[in-house]
Amino acid sequence: MASIELRNIRKAFGAVEVIKGVDLEVRKGEFMVFVGPSGCGKSTLLRLISGLEDITSGEMLFDGKVVNALAPSKRGIAMVFQSYALYPHMTVYENMAFGLTLEKGNSKDEIRKRVERAADMLQIRQYLDRLPKQLSGGQRQRVAIGRAITRDPKVFLFDEPLSNLDAALRVATRIEIAKLHEEMDNVTMIYVTHDQVEAMTLADRICVLRDGLVEQVGTPMELYENPNSTFVAGFIGSPKMNFISGDKAAPFNADTVGIRGEHITIVPSGGTWSGKVIHTENLGADSYVYLEMGTEEPVVVRLDGQNNYKSGDTVEISPMADKVHRFDAAGKPIR
Amino acid sequence: MATDTMAAPVTVTGPKIKSELMQQRVRAARWFLLPMLIALAVVAGWPLLRSIWFSFTDASLNNLYGAEWIGFGNYLRWTVLESGTVRYRGVLADPGWWNAVWNTVRFAFWSVLWETVLGMIVALVLNAEFKGRGLVRAAILIPWAIPTIVSARMWSWMLNDQFGILNDLGLRLGLLSQKVAWTASADTAMQAVLVVDIWKTTPFMALLILAGLQMIPKDIYEAAEIDGVHPIKQFFKITLPLVRPALMVAIIFRVLDALRIFDLIYVLTPNSDATKTMSVLSQENLFQFDNFAEGSTQATLLFLIIAIFTIVYIWLGKVNFDGGDR
Repeated sequence: MASIELRNIRKAFGAVEVIKGVDLEVRKGEFMVFVGPSGCGKSTLLRLISGLEDITSGEMLFDGKVVNALAPSKRGIAMVFQSYALYPHMTVYENMAFGLTLEKGNSKDEIRKRVERAADMLQIRQYLDRLPKQLSGGQRQRVAIGRAITRDPKVFLFDEPLSNLDAALRVATRIEIAKLHEEMDNVTMIYVTHDQVEAMTLADRICVLRDGLVEQVGTPMELYENPNSTFVAGFIGSPKMNFISGDKAAPFNADTVGIRGEHITIVPSGGTWSGKVIHTENLGADSYVYLEMGTEEPVVVRLDGQNNYKSGDTVEISPMADKVHRFDAAGKPIR
Repeated sequence: MATDTMAAPVTVTGPKIKSELMQQRVRAARWFLLPMLIALAVVAGWPLLRSIWFSFTDASLNNLYGAEWIGFGNYLRWTVLESGTVRYRGVLADPGWWNAVWNTVRFAFWSVLWETVLGMIVALVLNAEFKGRGLVRAAILIPWAIPTIVSARMWSWMLNDQFGILNDLGLRLGLLSQKVAWTASADTAMQAVLVVDIWKTTPFMALLILAGLQMIPKDIYEAAEIDGVHPIKQFFKITLPLVRPALMVAIIFRVLDALRIFDLIYVLTPNSDATKTMSVLSQENLFQFDNFAEGSTQATLLFLIIAIFTIVYIWLGKVNFDGGDR
């Protein structure tokens, strides 16, 4: 178990600064998710924590001790890579045991016990004698997670571990990772993803990154309910939050009004805004209606169950009063 | 890496259920192979068969078409003298031949061993990222790019006993007490040939190994770093096993080349028993000493030795010419 503190961390590759001064605290045993669009520096930040990249300036502390110059293997971390990074010439067992055989004082029995315990946790015991190339993508990813578990790390790092899996497998593996976090409740986990659903479902706290800077840190619900910028508001939640600006936002005393699709009701008459239906999507349990009303992107209304609106219909909508997010011209919330 | 192909290579299931598409593909494949097979038959197959045929005849350069079949006589024949002693003759009983075989094997072993070790080191250096890597990669290929005749001549001047730069340097630096006839002296001729060949061919080896090294994904080295694998251990436990397929192919290329070495020795150390190889001996017999049949016999034996070696190597080394283990 370890707490991690980042103090004004910067990282530059040549002249390009990728991380531009990040201050962050990851608490002991916490599941922290770094989320952001591609190029925001989230993977770089994880690699700085792992020690695979050198920090350009700033301080990194594990449990209060500066680890800037500490080799990755001495930080008590384990990492799961997006590409699995399994040793292709070793069996699953050898892959998982390799790190342990290098540590001094591990008996063969103990190594076997630890590998088998991890294999049982991930239900890959029947594959221990296979080579990685004989496994499917999902199985390989579980081996990679298993290899990390056997190291008995204080900090568990995941670098977009699900992005090479298909949709169904992604959901299943996501649940397994969540279970893993419950079982290993004394291990600090840091997880990088660009998928806000993974962030919302897995995280104790989410750190939204943008352009090498922390945009907001908070629990998933804090970010959902009180985003402190239009960027976070637009990034967290699906479908994306609607932004309405200009004259239509004026009555709310704001430059831009943000309202989520699930917080809009269609009213028979006297609605706040009106718009023309341009597209509908029925998903069974809920459905989306896309409205053209002069905004940059069409406004999405999320309805329970199915709907019968047709393209070309004109409808009147009203936002739920207490769910309206007001933003100023700089994209900051007005509270 | 990104693909999820679960084993199951496409296999043609039995000749009976060949679909029309499959038949069409096989037909197309045959047509595409045909030109190469014809070219091979003309430039490799026919000369080879001719040369094997000549080895069973009494052919001479003046009388190639009047050659008559004499069986295995060129390989081994014996006569029983009146005294009762048996006299063996033919290539297999010729100490000159066995000297050439020994020279060739010695040359092939040492040259390939050094080329592999040095080539691996060069490849590892070139695989690292540093400024000007492209330039160094190009520069290192120069010895390989120079025609052998030119580089052999160049080296023979450098190694010259009277005015060669190596002797001059050695004397000035106090490494030598007197000038050495590197290529002419029986003690040093083989070493001289080896040095030149290693100088010339290490770049080729390095390039083949480098190609293999670049197939190894970078991320597993990062995984190894987190596992705390020492760099030396990384080399023996990760790099070497993963580059092995490429290395095995590179070694076999080099061994085949080394076993039929001719040009370098012909130019650098002509007429030296210390370096005369099978190819050189065969060429001498074929075209200089008018022993065409005997030269053919030696050429055939050389072919057999190389063929057997290759088969054993591929079989023992489980060489995979498809490249890559992943």
